[in-house]
Amino acid sequence: MTKMHIGNVADIDRKGSRTLKVNGMEIALFRLSDGEVLAVENKCPHKGGTLSEGMVCGSKVHCPLHDWRIDLHTGKVEDPDTGCVPTFEVEVDPVTGAVYLTV
Amino acid sequence: MTLFRKKLVLVGNGMAGVRAIEHLLKLAPDAYEITIFGAEPHPNYNRIMLSSVLAGGTDLSEIVINDYEWYRSHNITLYTGHQIESIDTVNKKVRSDLGVEAAYDELILATGSDPFMLPLPGADKEGVIAFRDIKDCQIMMETSKTYKKALVIGGGLLGLEAARGLLHLGMEVSVVHIHHYIMERQLDMEAAVMLQRELEAQGMKFLLSKQSEAILGKKRVKSLLFADGSSAEADLIVMAVGIRPNTALAKKSGIAVNRGIVVNDYMETNIPGVYAIGECAEHRGIAYGLVAPLYEQGAVLAKRLAGVQGQGYEGSVTSTKLKVSGVDVFSAGQYDEPAGSRALRYQDEISGVYKKLVISEDKLIGAVLFGDTADGAQLFSLIKSSESIQGKERSLLLGLPDDALKSSPSARLEAMADDEIICGCNGVSKGAIAEAITTGGCTSVGQIKACTKASASCGGCKPLVEGLLELYAGDAAVKVKEGICGCTTLGRDEIVAEIKRMKLKTVKEVMNVLEWTNEEGCSKCRPSLNYYLGMLWPEEYVDEKESRITNERYHANIQKDGTFSVVPRIYGGVTSPGELKKIAEVAEKFDVPMVKFTGGQRLDLLGVKKEDLPKIWEELDMPSGHAYGKTLRTVKTCVGSTFCRFGTQDSIGMGIRLEKEFERLNTPAKVKLAVSGCPRNCAEATIKDFGVVAIDGGWELHVGGNGGVHVRATDLLCVVKTEDEVVEWASAFLQYYRENASWNERTSNWVERVGLDSIKAALDNREDRLALGQRIRTALSVTTDPWKQIVAERELRKNFEPISPIETA
Repeated sequence: MTKMHIGNVADIDRKGSRTLKVNGMEIALFRLSDGEVLAVENKCPHKGGTLSEGMVCGSKVHCPLHDWRIDLHTGKVEDPDTGCVPTFEVEVDPVTGAVYLTV
Repeated sequence: MTLFRKKLVLVGNGMAGVRAIEHLLKLAPDAYEITIFGAEPHPNYNRIMLSSVLAGGTDLSEIVINDYEWYRSHNITLYTGHQIESIDTVNKKVRSDLGVEAAYDELILATGSDPFMLPLPGADKEGVIAFRDIKDCQIMMETSKTYKKALVIGGGLLGLEAARGLLHLGMEVSVVHIHHYIMERQLDMEAAVMLQRELEAQGMKFLLSKQSEAILGKKRVKSLLFADGSSAEADLIVMAVGIRPNTALAKKSGIAVNRGIVVNDYMETNIPGVYAIGECAEHRGIAYGLVAPLYEQGAVLAKRLAGVQGQGYEGSVTSTKLKVSGVDVFSAGQYDEPAGSRALRYQDEISGVYKKLVISEDKLIGAVLFGDTADGAQLFSLIKSSESIQGKERSLLLGLPDDALKSSPSARLEAMADDEIICGCNGVSKGAIAEAITTGGCTSVGQIKACTKASASCGGCKPLVEGLLELYAGDAAVKVKEGICGCTTLGRDEIVAEIKRMKLKTVKEVMNVLEWTNEEGCSKCRPSLNYYLGMLWPEEYVDEKESRITNERYHANIQKDGTFSVVPRIYGGVTSPGELKKIAEVAEKFDVPMVKFTGGQRLDLLGVKKEDLPKIWEELDMPSGHAYGKTLRTVKTCVGSTFCRFGTQDSIGMGIRLEKEFERLNTPAKVKLAVSGCPRNCAEATIKDFGVVAIDGGWELHVGGNGGVHVRATDLLCVVKTEDEVVEWASAFLQYYRENASWNERTSNWVERVGLDSIKAALDNREDRLALGQRIRTALSVTTDPWKQIVAERELRKNFEPISPIETA
């Protein structure tokens, strides 16, 4: 497990996302409308869609390829589809806004 | 306090088995600890509706009968994707292929049936499938993307539904049938021929009296060879020749099997504690393949398991009420005129209605209805009751009781006997529905559906249910409202009216004020609200990029592998050596894997990495072609009078003028234009949203065409003389479309929905046209080239680049 300082919360738009490659895996970081930052593997369990390009609604993201909906907190795919994306721990320093990702 | 619960295991997560469980939960909610095994990776879904999914308009998720939440809330343990491999009937245990074991006190086998695959040589080739489950459906959808020719073997209902779906997916479809007319199990020849004619008009082809002999091709199917030596080409062969009860598991486990798993009137097999229902079961020599009998069996079994005394199952008299490709078809009983019977026929080739009653002695023994099936339920109950119909034959044929020849449909419903079945799938009588309304307080079709299950399966009886609702609930009846998405019950027009009335100015405000159920909406409503707000307040509304669809957020088309495509604008399809060189150089520099001409006369650079997008656009220094959005796409042109010897007008000039006029316009769905220089129409202008065809001394203006999913030729809007008039009408038409269509609604659908006449009326007056033109110019005045902005602004550009970690802590 490595904890990395990956930047500032301001680097990610609200309801937007950024990506990051760690050990060959692409991770998508999302910033929700309430400011929370969440991270999942950037790969829809359905057909590998890049979730970072999807629309963020609440704490869920719609995959841009076939509109599967994934809960960013749990990584779980919403019914009626099934599956799960790996999630990663993210901490945001409340004072500086520094974002730390643990992979 | 926990009660002792017996263990109930259901093998088969389909319609029959789960229906029995639903019934049981009502009768004895706490009696069993229930475990269900299903081989498919889905919750219980409505197999009948698969054809609707294929035929479009229905999403796979919409055909789920009970979602995962239902299983959870009833404490049912569900194993999807598990095939039961063995039943230990001595120790009362089942075991799945994935190693899960479950003990049972009572075991229900509802393993359904398998599609019957003709044992033809070559049947194992790629591209040969059945039409049975979601997977088959998905294969068809995938195949239609790369292949063209489909053959469906089997001209029965299933085959025709598969063919209809494939047609909808854009494939060329021929139905191969061994009999000399289609649906011979449900229809007589007259009705079958009428149906065939109707289907041919929709584009289906038929190869009748053809016996398939071999499937040819290397790895993938190439053609189908018939016994008469002829053959037909095919990239996909769908076998829909019938089903066979799935009895392998039962057989292996020592349970008595004939054609199906043998059961008695209480659905018991020869092994104590083991039951079978549905298509896998054989009762009094019959294995049923229709929904209604399966549901009747489920009800009997549920009573048995709940310990409720009840009558056994005595078999079902079946009727077929179907909608084949929008045509209503009904048949019941012995419609094929057995010896000693007489028939009454009514055939109206003009309105496409055919009716036949088959009478033996003075009783109705069979009926076929085509085109108008409203009387099906009544005829079916007469067949079942075998009462005398002497003297009433003709009024029955014409569908009206003697004394009600002039009465209204509601009077006919009123006159209907209480025990007459309205919903054949679920066996719901008129009386049960009436009771749900009058004493159960149901005020909508949805509530009646939830309460009685009427119209919950194939939906064919929905008009009757609506009629009864109107009859018994009158003004209290609520027309079911379907919102634009699951987040609201409001429709498009209501939302737009409320935005205007309350002057709502942001997506969030609309959702709050109009009480959205999902606080932040979904991928359906957010883009539509963003569009409506921008359309209504072009000058003040700040576009919400986070509510745009993916392609519009990245200003490029997302491809299946996560790469994007770049399409620079090439006005009217006219480019220059300089422009071509620039595009070629950029393509080389960024290693673009594929450069392709689009259907709209432009160059498509495919396979571009997201982080390269801003750099490519920066180097191209060309305007964005908006090939990705709900916006003006291309204006296709022919050579016209510039070079062509037939061209009557300057189509290239007209095309370029239109493209520059409407460049970057936001529209409810993508908009494509074309200009042809003469009626030979080389630019294919009559399948575009707005098509212009030059004629000698003027221009024909066509609207509402589409060359995509629903191919539709345009309607002629009007003929004008000058180029300025072309722009005036195009502006007015596009703005009227912008203001009145639903988000995601192409002009072809919109024109069909509102009718060409209403559009003509709105544009007829020149003052109105100019006002619309003024509004579209206002909307256009605030648009900018997205790439210019992204290239220039760091804040926008960052979203295309990956984050690089600062340090490790």
